[in-house]
Amino acid sequence: MPQVSMTVNGKPASGNVEGRTLLSSFLRDTMGLTGTHVGCDTSQCGACVVHVDGDAVKACTMFALEAEGAEVATIEGQAAPDGTLNAIQAAFQEHHGLQCGFCTPGMVMSAAALLKDNPKPSEAEIRDYLEGNLCRCTGYHNIVKAIMAASGQNVGAIAAE
Amino acid sequence: MYEFEFERPTTLADAIKAMGAEDAQALGGGQTLIPTLKQRLAMPAKLVSLGAIDEIKGVCKADDGALCLGGGTTHAVVTREAAVDYPALAALAGNIGDPAVRNRGTLGGSIANNDPAACYPAAVLGSGATVVTNTREIAADEYFTGMFETALGEGEIITEVRFPVPEKAAYQKFEQPASRFALVGVFVAKYVDGVRVAVTGASEGGVFRWSEAEAALSGDFSAGALDGMAPPAEGMMSDLHGSAAYRAHLVGVMTRRAVVAAG
Repeated sequence: MPQVSMTVNGKPASGNVEGRTLLSSFLRDTMGLTGTHVGCDTSQCGACVVHVDGDAVKACTMFALEAEGAEVATIEGQAAPDGTLNAIQAAFQEHHGLQCGFCTPGMVMSAAALLKDNPKPSEAEIRDYLEGNLCRCTGYHNIVKAIMAASGQNVGAIAAE
Repeated sequence: MYEFEFERPTTLADAIKAMGAEDAQALGGGQTLIPTLKQRLAMPAKLVSLGAIDEIKGVCKADDGALCLGGGTTHAVVTREAAVDYPALAALAGNIGDPAVRNRGTLGGSIANNDPAACYPAAVLGSGATVVTNTREIAADEYFTGMFETALGEGEIITEVRFPVPEKAAYQKFEQPASRFALVGVFVAKYVDGVRVAVTGASEGGVFRWSEAEAALSGDFSAGALDGMAPPAEGMMSDLHGSAAYRAHLVGVMTRRAVVAAG
């Protein structure tokens, strides 16, 4: 089997994979990083979103071998080593941006990608950006609130939908 | 997924060589092909990833003013880098799928697949673009030959697509709400020598030019010039999302909206 090597959350990671091994499988099964969730496995739900060389991608719709040499960031690398949540995670907790939590890793990684390019997104921009991240619990409202808060914006003005 | 051999060349020359293998299949961003493989609807012996070939990526301007997009350029890069030179094309790319899909999916991958509801075929045909492969140049009018069918031969790789930049243009998509593919999408582009109108999502034959609308708009570039016009329902797709007659009607509506949006 071919070998693949990449950097995951700043640390070198490598393993033997098949050509058909998905990046999500490599992260979960080889690396044991099960925070990257596989919901639909059809690239629709976004629970598996990770960053590859800084871009948000669906890890279930990319082969591990395509990430050869790449810098991969997953939900496990978001909090500080002592467990202190980052601003987005803390805002999700504070604003109750999750219920069952299954979609949350993807939501947090998508939110991080959005805020990197657009540090003060409007409510409409946040909703538009989360088009590929499905949540079946929250109705999205508190997720949007959390991302507004994480970007240092006032969340009081967001109307419930 | 069935098993396959995986190769990831870093030069076009190596990719062409790899594509010479029996049952080899090129892999662009994989946003359609990987789901297809998961459903076991394809079983290539070898996948040749084009993702590490820098020479087929990027956006540049040709001497004649045409905008040249590398076949391996992602939708996200087109959205950013074509925004000044060809805003209608950048806007189309920026509304395909969702942000994570746009970070992987490529122009070449989209038009090689030629999904009858994909957005890019409308821009390529509507702009009268030229599809450049490792062996030849193919005019858009000759390239799209039917649903999921193109003029590409075995092992041929799209290296670049050259878009002549119109005076004005716009794309309007009526989204199928679950998949966000175009239930009907219309690309309208006004050039010095006439108007082109390309329609995706509607026809059983894949993307097509609506010549009656082109003739009407070439004389008078206004939504009013298309009053009451729609292509015949015959030959339009019909499914649970919309009947053939509904799609034909939408073509008229979306074309008028595109003309208004083009300004």
